[in-house]
Amino acid sequence: MKLTVKLSTTLRDHVKDYAPETGLQVEMPEGSTVAQLARHLGLPLQDIKIVMVNGRQHQVDDPMRDGDRIAYFPAVGGG
Amino acid sequence: MFRFLRVNMATKTCVFEEIPQEYAGLGGRALTSTIVAREVPPTCTPIGPHNKLVFAPGLLGATNSPNANRISVGCKSPLTEGIKESNAGGQPGGHLARLGILAVIVEDMAKEGEWWQLEVSKDHAKLIPAEVAGLNNFEAVAKLVEKYGKDCSYITIGRGGEFKLTAASIACTDRELRPMRHAGRGGVGAVMGSKGLKAIIVNPEGGKTQPLADEKAFREASKRFATALSEHPITSKGLAEYGTAVLVNILHEAGGLPTANFTVGQFDKHEAVSGELLNQLTKERGGEGKVAHGCMSGCMIRCSGILPDKKGKFQSKWPEYETLWCFGPHSGIGDLDAISKYDYMCDDIGVDTIDVGVAVGVAMAGGAIPYGDAKAVLDVMNGISEGSALGRIIGCGAATTGRVFGVRRVPAVKGQSLPAYDPRAVKGQGVTYATSPMGADHTAGYAVTANILNCGGSVDPLKKEGQIELSRNLQVATASVDSVGLCLFTAFAILDVPDALPAIVDMLNAKFGWKLTGDDVVTLGQRILSTEIDFNRRAGITQAADVLPDFFTDEKLPPHNTTFDITHEELKTVFNWVEEKK
Repeated sequence: MKLTVKLSTTLRDHVKDYAPETGLQVEMPEGSTVAQLARHLGLPLQDIKIVMVNGRQHQVDDPMRDGDRIAYFPAVGGG
Repeated sequence: MFRFLRVNMATKTCVFEEIPQEYAGLGGRALTSTIVAREVPPTCTPIGPHNKLVFAPGLLGATNSPNANRISVGCKSPLTEGIKESNAGGQPGGHLARLGILAVIVEDMAKEGEWWQLEVSKDHAKLIPAEVAGLNNFEAVAKLVEKYGKDCSYITIGRGGEFKLTAASIACTDRELRPMRHAGRGGVGAVMGSKGLKAIIVNPEGGKTQPLADEKAFREASKRFATALSEHPITSKGLAEYGTAVLVNILHEAGGLPTANFTVGQFDKHEAVSGELLNQLTKERGGEGKVAHGCMSGCMIRCSGILPDKKGKFQSKWPEYETLWCFGPHSGIGDLDAISKYDYMCDDIGVDTIDVGVAVGVAMAGGAIPYGDAKAVLDVMNGISEGSALGRIIGCGAATTGRVFGVRRVPAVKGQSLPAYDPRAVKGQGVTYATSPMGADHTAGYAVTANILNCGGSVDPLKKEGQIELSRNLQVATASVDSVGLCLFTAFAILDVPDALPAIVDMLNAKFGWKLTGDDVVTLGQRILSTEIDFNRRAGITQAADVLPDFFTDEKLPPHNTTFDITHEELKTVFNWVEEKK
């Protein structure tokens, strides 16, 4: 399945030549989880605080579907 | 050594007085709101002689507690017509606290057209004719520094305050003497302008850290609080590296980034106005830019970087998330440098970036200026400084601008514009907007924490369940934090690190010899809110005003296509300890 991945702040440092505008286009086996995708990209799981799939928060064990947009965030805050 | 400084602008008298018993043990917002509630007739004209303008450092000001030197500014608001507390970082809060001045209370008005400046030092307070009238903040402060020196701090208004615009702010200088930390919301600058007070010069010479009932216990508690701030990833690293602008991308992703005057929840140019880009440009351009800059003494969080221009020269502070949002997605402008210039101009003219930026987007919705036109916005900003008709309209904020240009979608509650979280996609924030006695204010109960950031728990932002309780608890806690003088961003650590709140309580006890518990902090927060709500009721602002504009309930917000479905009856339960008079 084809996925779009967006990374934020320090998580971008783990992916060479990350392009913020487009994010990453990644192909993964059907039924892969959010955590498996993170490992595939070399993102340290302990640094991931928030995962959004199509704009809704998900757990790292949740499976994804073809065409999903996944966004990973470390702990961030402001106001 | 603790005292009030009471300044009468009509008689030009400045009197130090002992703290009246009824104000004992209060600071920051607790003190400003209590003084305003007791001493200001609720029905008075905000820019008339009966209003008072109160400046108060917090309870832990001028101690070695981290992040505790903020200043609260209170009055009846010309924007909301209700009670207002607007607070700022920078140096004046800590300096006033060092002088043992718990509140400066400015009363009455100078004669029309007269401008005065107030000198405050250890044993001296005097009004003299202002030497900087007509100038905006940066030039005014530069001239004052020539006379009074670099060790003082400065509180000023720009031309926005002189014009008594209802979005006018009050500027406080940072550690480098730049007037960039503002009591922004509610038009407090118009009240200072109405009194004929152009500037306050605070000379901390001879002042000292505040006396402590138990120095050793204070030192230990302060260290624990510092540990909590240094352990939490947001307060130790995230805010320093990316500023508050780090929120642009996450709110876009969550579909809660209000775009094109609250018609969509995502902005296609979000990366162009993001905290990541701010960090990158600051490092690439170098020069006078700075990542991780603290705006006040004792700040460990350091969220206020400096953005250089393309030649490496100072351009502005890092625009806050709110500023980037309202001049950016809300107004269709995806240009960080343009927004940074507007931010500088807001600081210089002395107007609230939020209400003015939102007014810009509303004016675009009403056809007064083209949507997304960065040059037209620059002209508008110059117009505010020059006092042009359009400038004065937009300088009075979103509600006024919406009325003038016949806009249905005016994102405001009690006359104050909504900040950068769409209440249909971040519903806990919508509860705070609707019910805060301050008018729409994200800082009054920052439900984004649990709704979006997974900080202090987790509540689904798109559902109504749990939002009332979340907003209530945060509004109560925030009233206390604002009274202690702490930067609100310490709340990230307070919400997640179990020892942070006990450490604050222990600092208060060690300073004052009190025996407070965590429950007392809740009681204090409730008491402050009760006082503020009571003032509003006496001013004629009833529960009927605790609602969002109806387009939020009528129109679905893409991409999640949700509406704000928390009913007015449900909103009425937020302050469930307050008995409403029939």
